Amino acid sequence: MTFQDNTPEQPLLLRASKTTKFYGDRIGCQDVSFEVYPGEVLAIVGESGSGKSTLLNCLSTRLAPTTGAVEYRGRDGILRDLYQMSEAQRRVLMRTDWGYVHQHPSDGLRMTVSAGANVGERLMAVGERHYGNIRSNASDWLERVEIATDRIDDDPRAFSGGMRQRLQIARNLVTAPRLVFMDEPTGGLDVSVQARLLDLLRSLVSDLGLAVIIVTHDLAVARLLSHRTLVMRHGRVIEHGLTDQVLDDPQESYTQLLVSSILQP
Amino acid sequence: MQTKICVADLGKTFTMHLRAGIQIPVIANVSFSVAAGECVILGGPSGSGKSSIIKMIYGNYRCQSGQILITDGDEIVNVAAASPRRIIRLRENTIGYVSQFLRAIPRVSALNLVAEPLLAQGSSEAEAKDKAANLLTRLNVPEHLWQLPPATFSGGEQQRVNIARGFIAHYPVLLLDEPTASLDAKNSAVVVELVEEKKAQGVAMLGILHDHDTRDLIADRIIDVTQFAAEKVA
Amino acid sequence: MSTPATSFTDHYNFAYLDEQTKRMIRRAILKGIAIPGYQVPFAAREMPMPYGWGTGGVQVTAAVIGHSDTLKMIDQGSDDTTNAVALRNFFVQTTGVNTTTHTKGASLIQTRHRIPEEPLSEDQVLVYQVPIPEPLRFLEPRETETRKMHALEEYGLMHVKLYEDIARFGHIATTYAYPVLVNERYVMDPSPIPKFDNPKMHRMEALQLFGAGREKRIYAIPPHTDVVSLDFEDHPFTPQEFDQPCAICGAEHVYLDEVILDDQGSRMFVCSDSDYCEERRTEGHTGHLGTNPLDAPSNGTAKDNASSKEACK
Repeated sequence: MTFQDNTPEQPLLLRASKTTKFYGDRIGCQDVSFEVYPGEVLAIVGESGSGKSTLLNCLSTRLAPTTGAVEYRGRDGILRDLYQMSEAQRRVLMRTDWGYVHQHPSDGLRMTVSAGANVGERLMAVGERHYGNIRSNASDWLERVEIATDRIDDDPRAFSGGMRQRLQIARNLVTAPRLVFMDEPTGGLDVSVQARLLDLLRSLVSDLGLAVIIVTHDLAVARLLSHRTLVMRHGRVIEHGLTDQVLDDPQESYTQLLVSSILQP
Repeated sequence: MQTKICVADLGKTFTMHLRAGIQIPVIANVSFSVAAGECVILGGPSGSGKSSIIKMIYGNYRCQSGQILITDGDEIVNVAAASPRRIIRLRENTIGYVSQFLRAIPRVSALNLVAEPLLAQGSSEAEAKDKAANLLTRLNVPEHLWQLPPATFSGGEQQRVNIARGFIAHYPVLLLDEPTASLDAKNSAVVVELVEEKKAQGVAMLGILHDHDTRDLIADRIIDVTQFAAEKVA
Repeated sequence: MSTPATSFTDHYNFAYLDEQTKRMIRRAILKGIAIPGYQVPFAAREMPMPYGWGTGGVQVTAAVIGHSDTLKMIDQGSDDTTNAVALRNFFVQTTGVNTTTHTKGASLIQTRHRIPEEPLSEDQVLVYQVPIPEPLRFLEPRETETRKMHALEEYGLMHVKLYEDIARFGHIATTYAYPVLVNERYVMDPSPIPKFDNPKMHRMEALQLFGAGREKRIYAIPPHTDVVSLDFEDHPFTPQEFDQPCAICGAEHVYLDEVILDDQGSRMFVCSDSDYCEERRTEGHTGHLGTNPLDAPSNGTAKDNASSKEACK
C-alpha cells in the first residue's frame, strides 16, 4: 500500500453543548449540541421560525443562551466558553477571528463609507495604520470577490445587491478569520447572482480553509457548500449528519417533507 | 490480496413518513467482500437494492443493521457507524464514487471540475489539470468544451466529464454506479481501459453495470443481489 | 478692550447656578480629570441662553469660577464678538469677577473654537465650548455602541473617517475638530478648534476642561497630558501653515483669519487671536497693511464671516 491516512484529528473549533434559548416561555432553540472542526462547513436548515437564526445568534455571541454552553478554541489553542469571556474578548473575536455575513448586506456594511473603507475597517480595528497597505489590501479583496477595483471609492449604496453581498464577504474575510457565520447569505438574490455568489463562497471557503456555520432554508445551498447538515424544527435539532446523507436518505418525517418540497426547475 | 471492502449482515429499510410511515425493506443480511485489484459487479434486476448497497458503502445512505468495513491504510473503518467527519476523510482519500449523473456546479469549468478531486488530495494545480486534460481527451470530450461549465453539455458529455472526475484521483476503493449507462461503444471501451488500469494499481472496485458486454469484460466476480432480498412486510 | 456694559447684581446666586448644581458639575469635572478624555455624563441645566451658545462651557466655568478669578472670554480667538461679549457680561453680572482680554492676565479662559496663541501656564484653566462631544458619532449613531467602543478601546472606526478623507481628497481633509488620542487611552473630540491648535493641547501646562450642554457631557485633559492627533503612518498629521504673515502685526506661525476688505474682493489675513495681535502691535510689530485695520474700507467685525478654512494651505 502506498497510501496511509495517519493525519491526527485536528482539535475542534467550536462546540455547542445543550444550547438553549427561551424567549419568555417560548422556545427559541433547545438542547442543541454539536461540534465544528477547522475547515468544516456546517449547514443549519429548517423552515422560518424553526430556531435556526436564534441558534446562530447564540453561537455568534449576539444573543446569550438561557442555558447551555458555547465554547470556541482561540488561536492560542485554548477552548473557552464564549459566555464566560469578557465582552471585550468576545468583540475582539468578532472582528478578527470570526466573520458574520448578514442576509441583508446593509446590516453588515457601513452604507455611507466607501467600499475600500468597508473592507479596510477591520484592518484598522486591529491596528493597521498604514493607509497604502490598507488600500492595497482592500483592493486585493475587491478583486477576489469580483468587484472592479475602480469601484473602491464608491459607496455600497451605488452597488447592486449581489455586489453588496460580495463586498460584505470581503469585509469579513480581510482579517483571515477562522470561522464565519452566514445567515441566509443568498436570500433575496436572483438565481444567476445567487449562483455566482455560491461559487465564490465555495472557492473562498476551500482556498482559505474556513470553517463556516451557514443558516439557510435553501437545501441546494446546503448541498453545494456544506459537509454536514443539522435539520431544525420547533427549536430542536431533529436530524443531523453528512449533508448528502441527510438530503438523499432523510430519516425524519419532517426532513422527508422538506426534501420532497424542493421544486425541480 | 488484501481485503478492501467487507460487508457483513447489512440491511436497509426505507421508512416513508409521507406515505403513512410504511416500511419498505430493500435488502437484508448482505455479506460479501472485495479484495484489492478485484472488480466485483452486483447483479440483479432493478429495484433489487444494488444501488442502495453502493450508496451505503459510500456513506450516502444509512443502514439499519450490519457492518461495512473499509480498509483505510492501517485502519479498518466501519462506515455504518463512522462519524460524518470520518466518512468525509474516507471520501477524500480512500473511497471514490463514479455515478452516471453529474452534479454540475455553477460557473466551474469542466476541466476544473475534473481536476478537483486530485487537488483535494494535495496535487499541484498543473499536475491536476494535466491529468484532467488527458482524461477528457481519452473520453472524447471536445477540447473547446473544457473551459465551460458542464451544465449546458449534452447528457453524454456530462456523463463522460463525470467519469473523468471519478477516475482521476487514486482511491484504494472505487464504487461504480452504472458509469457506462448509455455510453457508446467507443467510450465504453475507454471505461474498460480505465478500470483495467485501476485494477493493475490494486484498486478494489465494486460496481453496477447493466451493459452485459462491458460487464463481462471487467468483472472478476458477479454477486447476485437477489439472494439478499428482504422479506416483504405487509 | 472696552469695559463691560453691565455690572454685578446680587439677584442671582454666585455664578448663576445653585450650589448643589455646581457641586454636581465639579464632581463630573473631577471624574473627567481622573480619566483624561473620558466623557462624563452630567445633568446639564437649562441656561438663560440658547443651546449652541456655549451652555456647556458656561456651566463648567460657573462651577469652577471663584471671586478671585480673572476671566477671559473668547470666541474664535476674538474677545469682542457677540458670543464672547454676551457670555462675559453674563459672568460679570452673576459673579462680579474681574475680566480681561489679556491671555497672560487671565486665570480662567472660556473659549469657543480656538486656543490662544500665547502658551498657557499651570495656574490657568481653559474651558472649551463643545457642540458634539462624541468623535465616533460621525460613523456610529448609536450612543450605546459608541460608549462600548470607548470602553473597549475600539477605535478602528475613527481611522475609517480619516481613510475616507484620504480616499476622497488625497490627504486628511479634516481641518477642525480633528480627533485626538488622550493619555494613550481615550479618543476625544477637541471641539471645533482648527487642527492648527491640536499640538498646543499636547502636554499643555494648563488644565483643559470641555463642556457640552446639549449633549450633557464633560471631559477634561489634566496638565502635562499626552494628546496625539490620529493619523496614518504614510499620511502623518500636519498642522495648517499659512503662506503669509498677519497683515497688521506681521506674526508668523499663528492661525490667520481671512478678512474681506471691499466689494472688489481684496482681502487680508490677520491673526485670529485678537489679543495676541494687539499685544504685538503694542510692542511695535507691523504687518504689510499697517497697524490699523480700521483704515481699511470695510470695518465690520471680521471674525463672524471670516472663513478660516480658506486661508490655510
